[in-house]
Amino acid sequence: MLTKRIIPCLDIKDGRTVKGVNFVELRDAGDPVALAKLYSEQGADELVFLDITATVDKRKTLVDLVTQVAKEVRIPFTVGGGIGSIEDVYALLAAGADKISINSAAVARPELVDALAREFGSQCVVVAIDSRQMDGVDWVHTHGGRKVTALQTRAWAKELADRGAGEILLTSMDHDGTKSGFALELTAAISSALPIPVIASGGAGSMLHFKDVFTIGKADAALAASIFHFKEIGIPELKSYLEKEGVVVRK
Amino acid sequence: MGSSLNKSMKVVLIKYNAGNVQSVLYALERLGVEAELTDDVEKISAADRVIFPGQGEASSAMAYLKERNLDQVIREIKQPFLGVCLGLQLLCTHSEENDTDCLGIFPVKVKRFIPIVSGQEKVPHVGWNSLENLVDNPLLKGLPESKFMYYVHSYYAELGEHTLATTSYIHDFTAILHRDNYWAIQAHPEKSSTLGEKLLENFLALTSP
Repeated sequence: MLTKRIIPCLDIKDGRTVKGVNFVELRDAGDPVALAKLYSEQGADELVFLDITATVDKRKTLVDLVTQVAKEVRIPFTVGGGIGSIEDVYALLAAGADKISINSAAVARPELVDALAREFGSQCVVVAIDSRQMDGVDWVHTHGGRKVTALQTRAWAKELADRGAGEILLTSMDHDGTKSGFALELTAAISSALPIPVIASGGAGSMLHFKDVFTIGKADAALAASIFHFKEIGIPELKSYLEKEGVVVRK
Repeated sequence: MGSSLNKSMKVVLIKYNAGNVQSVLYALERLGVEAELTDDVEKISAADRVIFPGQGEASSAMAYLKERNLDQVIREIKQPFLGVCLGLQLLCTHSEENDTDCLGIFPVKVKRFIPIVSGQEKVPHVGWNSLENLVDNPLLKGLPESKFMYYVHSYYAELGEHTLATTSYIHDFTAILHRDNYWAIQAHPEKSSTLGEKLLENFLALTSP
């Protein structure tokens, strides 16, 4: 049976993990490859690397990192952050990334999604949506949630699927960082309406939140960062809990 | 790991217009084997092991193989041969993906997943799913039942007499095939953690049939 996926997200700047991580197992907590391997050994189903490096000339660092991860990590991983062209994607996939994730570039140029799906196949095109609710309506935001767009989240998700996106990474900016649980209603609405998998992100604070997002939220996968980095929840215990609660996971 | 592996064996990956080959090269490297990516007919014919990986679209892949006579080379290979993902599908007789006639090593048809309930069953089938109904075979040596491999695909091979293992998504489909010197797997062993590594190791350790 197809399992629900648990996906730790690593924020990368200049080839190093940011957001303090606190692992006694790691000699160098800033080393993304070591952290990725650790998560992989603990049973993470996939990994997401989000590059927040601002400058273009540092992109080479990202490609080098992707090469190292691909050499050493035995599970699939997605790379996102600042990707805006077919050439960017080509470089990352050639280095060994399994999927890429785009966000602002898709909002600015939706036809990029079609182009990437045609060129590389839908299976490697993840489109991230940052959503924030205003007066009861969910709006797509860019620039880390600071800039509102004229796109409504549900309609945008549908358009992305029609254009050939392979998966949607849906982050609720209202929930992100709150540890109060995922955006269940929005996630369920989008997941039920789309023929492609939805990865829920934003708000994970407890193991119950994961169960809820897989059952009530109908998510195919759940992504989280700090609760894993700070070891508030361990992946093995999370999976044992989910299994006990009747959610199919890989163990 | 793999202490019994002959690390000097020649392993080639068939180079064609399909993606995701780098990961397979890295996976073999982790097993201590340096593989070569090539479309050179002589090199492929002379290799000890041939791997046919790939992600992509069936009709353009078949057209590419035919242009370079690689279709004939694949049909005539006598050494252990492993198709992965699209590689499995291309070894079958026909794929519904753009109505493509394939290599015909396995008398099996490739069909598209059709969801029964829209919104519940997503296509492509993405993620970790379990291997079931394992048949006793050297490729599966030491692999337990109901353990997980990583899948990404929209088309599947039907069940048939050459099916070595099944996976269930919407319905049962062929996860692994075997006939003579040809093996093929729908999942991505190169991305399937310990289990995938074991399968690749078994493939490298096969003795020629």
